[in-house]
Amino acid sequence: MDDPWLPWHDMTNPAQAPLLDTLRAYEIPEGVSLEFRLAGPVVRACAWGIDAALRALLYILLTMGLSVLGGVGVAFMLIGFFLIEWFYPVVFELHTGATPGKKAMGIWVIQDNGTPVTVASSIIRNLLRTVDFLPLLYAFGLLSMLIDREFKRLGDLAAGTLVVYRDQPLKQEISAEEGVIKPPADLSREEQKVMLAFVERGESLSAARRIELAELLTELTGQTGQDAVDELYAYANWITKGHSCDSSARGIGVSP
Amino acid sequence: MRQEQFERENSEFWRELEQFISNLERPRYKRVVNRQGSLDFPSCYRKICSHYALARSRSFSPALLERLHNLVLRGHPHLYRQQTAWGWRMMHFILLDFPRAFRQHSAYFWLALLVFLFPALVLGVGCFQDGDLIYSIMDEQQVASMESMYDPANRQPGRSVERGSETNFMMFGYYIMNNIGIGFRTFAGGILLGVGTLFLLLFNGIVLGGVAGHLTRQGYQDTFWPFVSGHGAFELTAIVICGAAGLMLGHAILAPGQRTRVMALKQQASAALQLVMGAALMLLVAAFIEAFWSSSNLAAGIKYSVAALFWCLVALYLGWMGRSPRGSR
Repeated sequence: MDDPWLPWHDMTNPAQAPLLDTLRAYEIPEGVSLEFRLAGPVVRACAWGIDAALRALLYILLTMGLSVLGGVGVAFMLIGFFLIEWFYPVVFELHTGATPGKKAMGIWVIQDNGTPVTVASSIIRNLLRTVDFLPLLYAFGLLSMLIDREFKRLGDLAAGTLVVYRDQPLKQEISAEEGVIKPPADLSREEQKVMLAFVERGESLSAARRIELAELLTELTGQTGQDAVDELYAYANWITKGHSCDSSARGIGVSP
Repeated sequence: MRQEQFERENSEFWRELEQFISNLERPRYKRVVNRQGSLDFPSCYRKICSHYALARSRSFSPALLERLHNLVLRGHPHLYRQQTAWGWRMMHFILLDFPRAFRQHSAYFWLALLVFLFPALVLGVGCFQDGDLIYSIMDEQQVASMESMYDPANRQPGRSVERGSETNFMMFGYYIMNNIGIGFRTFAGGILLGVGTLFLLLFNGIVLGGVAGHLTRQGYQDTFWPFVSGHGAFELTAIVICGAAGLMLGHAILAPGQRTRVMALKQQASAALQLVMGAALMLLVAAFIEAFWSSSNLAAGIKYSVAALFWCLVALYLGWMGRSPRGSR
């Protein structure tokens, strides 16, 4: 792969064009690629809001706690203001990769090669925050994020950092009701994904629509009506969980 | 190999590795020490990567792929973490890296100095000749408060009269917040094609030049110059160095050469950061001198001598520190 940052696409189906997605892959020296889901402007703005509230609280605490001490107290207060203004995010990013706001939103900062953010990069991206904020409320930063395909604000561009989601969304939990059935045909990964998507979205569809969709596969399942839906759920369970759960649940279990 | 066999053979290893990585992810003081001291992390990491690649190429179930990918993803930062020895790196930086970085990028420094000094000299001479010119830079209130600060009748030079409770410590805090903030902004403005940096350098040059010229004209030279000459060695030099760092960013975007703009920006930014951090340390020293030395009421002769010493120190430090006979410049 020439460009490690090509949007991820299914290796099993090279004919398929890369989808428009926020998933980015980076190939590491071990020869496999790591996948990161980029955090967009909205989630980052929320994280910033939480941090701004925390910082305001810190300012108030500092003012209340130290102004009673007179000159030296005021000195510490002002130095505290300075440190909070410029280095609040740096401290947290170096410690855990995320400020409390980012942590709450489930995102964190990494280098664009997948390693943890370095001291230099963290300082650069947070010094340049002052320009991203211009002319008001992160207008330049937002503009840069909208133009750049990795949602980088100016500070991220200069520091070579990415803001990504820390945890991948959890897949469908297995539910005992429908059991686990190995699909009768070998499904490609794309087909498996479609089946999982059907189950994940199932709750938001009406029962009639679920049946209607499931019956498209009657040829495969040999079932109609609600049984067809249950059958597909059981296939999805197999796909999600692999074969490793109790195979005696129902139907064609996998031999242990 | 079928998926079930693959999982059966390796699930013990995956669980062990997962525990190991979870342990690494905790803050240092919460880690369980020596629980898996025997686990050879680099080779285990290569193994999990090959498991992931294998599972992927065989189209094993998404849940398994995700589990393995998760381990690969979480292990990566810990294998490639940079270990830092803070104290040592700091010393190395102050004694060698910063002056060397300064000399390596001195062309930017001279350019920034020109942008800062030229308007300062022009406005300085202008305000010295013409008593009204200062009012085209600052409003009347600002001029009045500045005049009162350096009025020879003032108890302490450089401090406003009305805020009698100001102490040296308090001003130390204030100078840190204000001056280092200005330095950082001067650097950051460089990313706007250098325009922000140029603006702040020009602005500060104009104001400082104008003030100096005006106060000298007012006959306050014996309070103003002894006050500013000492810490100015560190403060003004550091602000110009921050300007130089900002110009490096601007240059990278305007003329990236053979690299892409983003790549050029990344490389220049990490080089420029050394200048900014060094300048921030100089501003810290300047804040200390300004708060505790410049405001003292010692004789002008002593203050000028010490100021000369400071300027020589700064020049020697930036010009010669870290040069070695083996060719480091």
